[in-house]
Amino acid sequence: MSHLPSDIPFNLHRDALGQLVFTDRDGNQHAGVVPVRAFPITAPGASVSIVSVDGGELAWIEDPQTLDDSLRALIDEELASREFIPEIRRVKSVSSFATPSTWTLETDRGETCLVLRSEDDIRRLTPPALLIADAHGIHFLIRDRTALDAHSRKLLDRFL
Amino acid sequence: MRQNTAASHPSFLMTNTPPPSSGAAPTDATTSHPGALAALAAAEVPATHPDRWAGELAALNTRLRDGETIFGWLEIDLSPALRFVPGLIVLTDRRLLARGADDTGPTNADGWSEWPLTADLSLVRHDHAGVGALTLYGASGMLTRWRYTLVCDLAAGRLIEQFDRRRTALASGRQPAPQEQSLCPLCDTVLQPGQDECPNCNREIHAPPSTWTLFRLWRFAHPYRGRLLMGFLLMLASTAATLVPPYLTMPLMDEVLIPFQNGAPIDTHKVYLLLGGLFAAALVAWSLGWAKTYILALVSERIGADLRTTTYQHLQTLSLEYFGGKRTGDLITRIGSESDRICVFLSLHLLDFATDVLMIAMTAAILISINPWLALVTLAPLPFIAWLIHVVRDKLRYGFEQIDRVWAEVTSVLADTIPGIRVVKAFAQEKREVERFRDANARNLAVNDRVNKIWSLFTPTVTLMTEIGLLIVWAFGIWQVSQNSITVGVLSAFLAYIGRFYTRLDSMSRIVSVTQKAAAGAKRIFDVLDHVSSVPETTNPVPLPQPFAGNISVRKVGFRYGNRTVLRDVDLDIHAGEMIGLVGHSGSGKSTLVNLICRFYDVSEGSIRIDGVDLRSLSVADYRRNIGLVLQEPFLFFGTIADNIAYGKPDASRAEIIAAARAAHAHEFILRLPHGYDSLVGERGQALSGGERQRISIARALLINPRILILDEATSSVDTETELEIQGALENLIRGRTTIAIAHRLSTLRRADRLVVLDRGRIVEEGPHDDLIAREGAYFRLYEAQTKQLEEQIAEAGWTITTERTPAAPR
Ligand SMILES: Nc1ncnc2c1ncn2[C@@H]1O[C@H](COP(=O)(O)OP(=O)(O)O)[C@@H](O)[C@H]1O
Ligand SMILES: [Mg+2]
Repeated sequence: MSHLPSDIPFNLHRDALGQLVFTDRDGNQHAGVVPVRAFPITAPGASVSIVSVDGGELAWIEDPQTLDDSLRALIDEELASREFIPEIRRVKSVSSFATPSTWTLETDRGETCLVLRSEDDIRRLTPPALLIADAHGIHFLIRDRTALDAHSRKLLDRFL
Repeated sequence: MRQNTAASHPSFLMTNTPPPSSGAAPTDATTSHPGALAALAAAEVPATHPDRWAGELAALNTRLRDGETIFGWLEIDLSPALRFVPGLIVLTDRRLLARGADDTGPTNADGWSEWPLTADLSLVRHDHAGVGALTLYGASGMLTRWRYTLVCDLAAGRLIEQFDRRRTALASGRQPAPQEQSLCPLCDTVLQPGQDECPNCNREIHAPPSTWTLFRLWRFAHPYRGRLLMGFLLMLASTAATLVPPYLTMPLMDEVLIPFQNGAPIDTHKVYLLLGGLFAAALVAWSLGWAKTYILALVSERIGADLRTTTYQHLQTLSLEYFGGKRTGDLITRIGSESDRICVFLSLHLLDFATDVLMIAMTAAILISINPWLALVTLAPLPFIAWLIHVVRDKLRYGFEQIDRVWAEVTSVLADTIPGIRVVKAFAQEKREVERFRDANARNLAVNDRVNKIWSLFTPTVTLMTEIGLLIVWAFGIWQVSQNSITVGVLSAFLAYIGRFYTRLDSMSRIVSVTQKAAAGAKRIFDVLDHVSSVPETTNPVPLPQPFAGNISVRKVGFRYGNRTVLRDVDLDIHAGEMIGLVGHSGSGKSTLVNLICRFYDVSEGSIRIDGVDLRSLSVADYRRNIGLVLQEPFLFFGTIADNIAYGKPDASRAEIIAAARAAHAHEFILRLPHGYDSLVGERGQALSGGERQRISIARALLINPRILILDEATSSVDTETELEIQGALENLIRGRTTIAIAHRLSTLRRADRLVVLDRGRIVEEGPHDDLIAREGAYFRLYEAQTKQLEEQIAEAGWTITTERTPAAPR
């Protein structure tokens, strides 16, 4: 299945167990489906796939903007509760310039700390984006490191 | 009453227990023995105290009525919208309460949301991409869902167990026993008797290494301290000797030259004496200098060599996880050039610097003893230069660290593309790779340029200071001479001294950059050395049970690569001598399970026992000696075929090697090679086909006669005909050993006693082939898909298969 028209022949609803239930055009129901973004970092607005519990793709949505509002709201809600790539807004302080180092951060999801095990955990995506994997497996994103404030940039530069 | 003892923290948990004398009649089964309940609760509550919530917890506790007791809690760190907001979930024997991160659900007067425990409640956790979710279900569906980062995951698992025990207690009226005592309080790892530190929790050290990294090199210098001391004494003596000549210029000037200018005859005896003294001082300085340099260079070479070996040795103990996250080029640089840089630093720069410091100290002492005022003027620029050095040091250190990292990046591009050159060429991406290299190199240039900007300013500035210093001394000296407070001899001695003195300062300033470079290098080496293996060797390993049988029992194992959960709740018993076939789709976690059994990684949850002993309490090397591993991509080291076969047992005799090769059906093809068993293979060696390499690696596994044999897709990358041949080899290998075989082609596993079907990290089916086929479950589907595929292929090729034997075609 490639591109779906805006009158998409499937339906989604949330059941009592809090799972998303997918109904395809033949009326078959799949409970516990999850929406997955194909490019969560480089193109978060585009291409969402609806994946069944056993990992099979049920529907491919080229452009979520073409969906009904109610469907899109459901998908967005589910994505919001699953996708977790905090975006770093500011690096307030770092415990040391040698790793492992604990950074105190302001992210788009509130203030937190991350433990950087080694400089290798800072990965360069397509410049100027960086992805930082912390010791507990959370990935922090810096979308544009040149857009950070001077203080954060200075701290960050010591690790690059 | 004991009501107000909440200050000492565990006690607030028990304050609620009514005193026995109060005579409150027990109302239901769970509170029939309040004291016993409190003791039980004390055994159950987590060992860590939620500092942030201590107040709320204590307040909650004072409000509990009728002997309600807290049994556990979980601190969470995310809100339902996945923001970083702290929260707390508390479990009592009657309720589940929460506050903070989550405010769905009915909130009571104290700000807690609460759910009474009933038999139809269930608490379930799952995780995805680094976020855990803990869901509370009731009879009618989901009641609430909490989110947390994986930091809290193990604690969440424990809360679920406690929750289940409380529910059981509520339902049955009987108290289940609390968790065994031998579990790690933080992570539920089973601790071995005598092992009081949990290897799981102790592994992460988040403290940064000290900035005085270079001093840590003392660990490597320590064995050579005798020679170092001697070198130091020689250095003192030789430096003192070099300071004699300028001192002699004083009498030469004041007692010989100036009197001569004033008309007195030259005292030839004195001249001979002074000149002789100059010559002798030069000779002594020369020989002492030679001895000191030689001894110290010798020592520093040894320190460098030790450093290199130790780092490599340590690297070998690190887990696959470490190597997975590192680039080969980077590690090669660390062990190769960084240690060399440190070595040069020690033998050359540090030595010079120490000499310089000594010389400056001695010179200063001499100058002060001759004339304190002039000495003061001479030494005045010194603090300023020291300050300058200090300022530049920080900038440079950071710059040099950056250069190192960029340099590693350049090497990484090489290490990436040279082994992958066939792919690069096949896709005609040479230009792109050159571009990538150019980029890395350009970054190298940019960083270097930045450092050089500071650096190039630095040296001339120090030289300028020197010139200005000399100028001041001249000016002050001439004035003093004109005032008759010093003699011309004293002035010339001062000038002679500070001539050296300032040139030393100049060269000393160079120490800044080399020290920083060496410190950056040392840091990168100590980064490796400080890395604690994530499969730590226990301090007091339990000896391998003898005779070693090879029973493997996998208990409730969960495993995660970073934040990706790959295995969940895997339970598997493999008896000694049994052959297990692991099947499942690609990516279902088969190799991961095998990696855990080999202890290449440690389980995230649960345990693996070998002959009843936890894997983590065995000595890794002893254990692995009993494992034969054959992988899909056999790796051959550079060396002869015989060396490669004997890799796991270097002292094997030729007869043993040949026997192993025969059993692996490799003997014949080896003999067909031009140099037989002495043919060189591996990188730069004789090219072998996949099947041939595979048979060598089977011979390698056979030779060590392992009790446990693991075949991870050993025959997947070869054609069917070769596979048949390898199968023959494997049958020899499998006999009498505990075997775990993973195979893509299910037909390969027909000899397995039992098949275990993995699906997305869980065991979904288990049993012999026929049973599983009869069950028509996951295995049946896999099997059908494969047979169908085979038939299709056969049909496509235009062949027909019939069940009866086809009569021979007429000629
Ligand atoms: N070193 C690793 N780091 C991160 N993820 C890995 C690593 N190795 C394997 N995985 C992932 O774990 C899952 C299971 O892999 P694996 O055990 O190799 O599967 P199988 O052998 O069954 O094909 C796969 O989804 C794979 O992508
Ligand atoms: Mg595999």
